[in-house]
Amino acid sequence: MAEKVLMKGNEALAEAAIQAGCRHFFGYPITPQTEVAAYMAKRMPKIGGTYLQAESEIAAINMVLGAASAGVRAMTSSSSPGISLKSEGISYMAGSDLPCLIINVQRGGPGLGGIQPSQSDYWQATKATGHGDFQILVFAPSTVQEIVTYVFKAFDLADTYRMPAMILADGMLGQMMEPVVVEKPQGVVIPPKTWATNGTEGKRPHNIINSLYLNPQELEDNIRKRFARYEIIKSKEQVAESLYTEDADIVVVSYGATSRIVKSAVKAAREKGIKAGIVRPVTLWPYPEKAMKEAARTAKAFLSVEMSMGQMVDDLRLSIDCSRPVHFFGRTGGVIPTPNEVLEQIEKIAGGIR
Amino acid sequence: MAVVFQKPHALTDAPFHYCPGCTHGIIHRLVAEAIDDFGIEGKTIGVAPVGCAVMCYDYFSCDMVEAAHGRAPAVATGLKRALPDRIVFTYQGDGDLAAIGTAETVHSATRGENITVIFVNNAIYGMTGGQMAPTTLPGQVTQTTPYGRDVKYAGYPVRICEMVSTLDGVAYAERVSVDSVKNILSAKRAIHKAFENQINGLGFSIIEVISACPTNWGLPPQEALQWLRDNMLTYYPLGVYKDKTAEKKA
Repeated sequence: MAEKVLMKGNEALAEAAIQAGCRHFFGYPITPQTEVAAYMAKRMPKIGGTYLQAESEIAAINMVLGAASAGVRAMTSSSSPGISLKSEGISYMAGSDLPCLIINVQRGGPGLGGIQPSQSDYWQATKATGHGDFQILVFAPSTVQEIVTYVFKAFDLADTYRMPAMILADGMLGQMMEPVVVEKPQGVVIPPKTWATNGTEGKRPHNIINSLYLNPQELEDNIRKRFARYEIIKSKEQVAESLYTEDADIVVVSYGATSRIVKSAVKAAREKGIKAGIVRPVTLWPYPEKAMKEAARTAKAFLSVEMSMGQMVDDLRLSIDCSRPVHFFGRTGGVIPTPNEVLEQIEKIAGGIR
Repeated sequence: MAVVFQKPHALTDAPFHYCPGCTHGIIHRLVAEAIDDFGIEGKTIGVAPVGCAVMCYDYFSCDMVEAAHGRAPAVATGLKRALPDRIVFTYQGDGDLAAIGTAETVHSATRGENITVIFVNNAIYGMTGGQMAPTTLPGQVTQTTPYGRDVKYAGYPVRICEMVSTLDGVAYAERVSVDSVKNILSAKRAIHKAFENQINGLGFSIIEVISACPTNWGLPPQEALQWLRDNMLTYYPLGVYKDKTAEKKA
């Protein structure tokens, strides 16, 4: 049993990745994910791994592509503006069916934005991490312990489904210190990487890692195969936490660090006699539709609370087939919502329902 | 009967798609011959560019990765760091290596990545139909310099070998040409050396190959080779620009 230690979210991201067997980290400095890279720079040389500070985010993600092609676990870490630069490489990796871990410790945008916590890359992470028809796995942990759990999970599922995975954290979670146990889950079986370009040794035909298909039919077939895999993921890998939803009139939906503020607000609402509950998506792609549909059985209204201008609202609406009104409350630009602000929103909706 | 000439093992049976008179075929062969000479096909991974040679992943028998435009040195860096006992080479054109991928080129060079870079300079974007390249000569007519490259507006060509030879991480930089049998033999020796350096762990080796593009230059193959000699070889002098092995001996 590993011991319980006090760690920053960013450090836990790094340590969990190392425990998951990742020995290749390629990055470029950016706030507020700095500690991930610093931790890797300190640890990797001691354990025979690679920490490489690339000349750009673009180079870093392409180094990840190279290492992933070799068949090893590889990762990069950045924050919002850096992820925009990585989008080219992420698209190529998705198109080449390559696994990797990408960490986004989100900050406010657009543009240079700010360096305070934000969740305004939801659209980018779940809809358009790059050009073309593709998805990546997106996990949104809400505690430092959960960061560890989902770093392991992200690597395992990325390898299993041969696709990039992202931990969508935020500046709050990255900088937060909490007690954590870093322990690798046992019994996970990963399919052998027979597709890797690690040298034929004269024993097999050459492997080609590629995203180019000049024949449109071939490209379409390839994309359809990938989307068939996405359907399996949607049916098997949705994760959400539901709390007080059994009899909830108002279901608040919130993920990541924000969900912890929402939990306080929901508890306060319950104390005031309002039947409020929370559904917290842990996987943002696949979106936890099952948990939302389940909550919609009792819910009279939903409220999405985010550190953005409401980027998750459409997914929430679609997940319940627009069967209930979906309200929104958010702060953005690096402003963190307070429990009281959220409680006010819950009370306002409760007033409307009564 | 004695076999006097055959296809290198490191080339597949896939027919090249290159235009008549294009020199990519010769350069592919020279790379494959080097791989055969060292017996490293089973431990070599090639990185293909975006450009005319994009489909070279079908032509080389070793494992191949197709990179995004200009990113081949970064992809090669990732491969080599993950597999330090493997031989990793990139095969890139001028737009790929000297325009969109300049940062990746310069920084993989200055890090001294132990890789081999084959840089095909034909002074034009071939695949997209003949636009100005970073290496297009002053006055040269292309689709996007229809009145000739005016350096007042479009700037000057980039001399890659000269530029990277100033970097400490570079083990070897040589510019060769494939316009004549004599030059092809020199190119063969240079490419051979660039792989040998990697096997010996010396760091970054780059071979710039001056190459002809008759289709986009609008010239018959023979005249294209003459144009290359008259124009390119004067702007891009052949020779060794950096050689750590020679420095060691001296």
